[in-house]
Amino acid sequence: MLEALNLGCTRGDRWLFKDLAFSAKPGELIELRGANGSGKTSLARILCGLATPAAGEVRWQGKNIRSLGEEYFRDVAYLAHQNAVKDELSAIENLRISSAVSGRALKRDQAQQILGRIGLSHQQNLPARSLSAGQRRRLALARLLTSNAKFWILDEVFTSLDDAAVKLSGQFIDDHLKNGGLAIVATHQELNLSAPRVQRIELSK
Amino acid sequence: MSAYSLPSMFGWLVWRDLILAWRRRADVLATVFFFVIVVSLFPLGIGPERETLRSIAPGVVWVAALLASMLSLGRIFGNDYQDGTLEQLLLTPQSTYLIVLGKILAHWLVSELPLVIIAPLLGLQFGLSQNSLAIVVVSLLLGTPVLSLIGSIGAALTLGLRAANVLVALLVLPLYIPVLIFGTGAVQASVGGTSPQPYLLLLGATLVLTLVFAPWATSAALKISVE
Repeated sequence: MLEALNLGCTRGDRWLFKDLAFSAKPGELIELRGANGSGKTSLARILCGLATPAAGEVRWQGKNIRSLGEEYFRDVAYLAHQNAVKDELSAIENLRISSAVSGRALKRDQAQQILGRIGLSHQQNLPARSLSAGQRRRLALARLLTSNAKFWILDEVFTSLDDAAVKLSGQFIDDHLKNGGLAIVATHQELNLSAPRVQRIELSK
Repeated sequence: MSAYSLPSMFGWLVWRDLILAWRRRADVLATVFFFVIVVSLFPLGIGPERETLRSIAPGVVWVAALLASMLSLGRIFGNDYQDGTLEQLLLTPQSTYLIVLGKILAHWLVSELPLVIIAPLLGLQFGLSQNSLAIVVVSLLLGTPVLSLIGSIGAALTLGLRAANVLVALLVLPLYIPVLIFGTGAVQASVGGTSPQPYLLLLGATLVLTLVFAPWATSAALKISVE
């Protein structure tokens, strides 16, 4: 389903990684490891199509993601370092609007249910400005749950999450994999997932 | 799987930007007040002589509109870029062209339309006739979307740069010149008693041209800036 062919990425005149090749099938988890500055985020951005690799290509269902364009974006959800949470909007507005803008209108009770799952029921009408860093991260995770993307690209998901939320997001990833999804997780933390098929990619400096 | 409907995605995007602008209305009001103050300074500085005022009115209103529009350009993509929503927008399954067009439309509604509405009031200070005031409004209605469209290219190119505001001015102001010439030309013609129609047609043509090409250039610039 996902194939990376001889990917290379440069920073200045130095190769961050070169000839990186891997592939993954539905239900598979890719753990992305590496020291700070080893190119995890760059790889994540290449995989979701925001950045162009210096060499090689990414294929989704046999086709280069560059030529798939918007079609590919239906299948991909990217959780970046930044939460993409709007300070001026309340938690529930953030969720409903970001979801509607990407083409999946969400009813109020659906949004409330998702916020309940992520533990933000009481904060749903607070402006995101007044949420804590961890709560904002939870809100970003909630966005992931509204998408029906097959391929999750998660860059440092667990940043500023408490233990309960780390466990919760682990469950979400597990559920996603069980439903035939595909996930790549860049993290420094230990992943305690029940995923049967795990690949590890180690980026070295 | 729910259906993906392009019109509703576009509508939601514009709606989103309008809500955000409403929640930050101080920013929007600042632009409008800037426009009001700049235009009002000229009658105060030059004195009440009717003929002089009438002859400088077209230029003053249009230059002030240009500068006010400059001030607001940073907001088209700036906030979304900083909090990461811009990336997420680019990853939505609709064409970047439409996303950009939606953001420009919202920007025009929020930052330029108020200028168009308030301009005739300001024109009164210059002793413009009713007919000329109408031409001020029409020319601004045709010209200000062009300012938003061209400005979006500059805004996208300078995303995330230091001194982006100065750079935007240097990039965009020269490109605004045709709009300035046609816009003031229309009002001047009407003040001088000739037909403003050719100028308005030229403005309209510029609008059509930029409507087709500017969002495309902005999309390309955005992709470079985000990468």
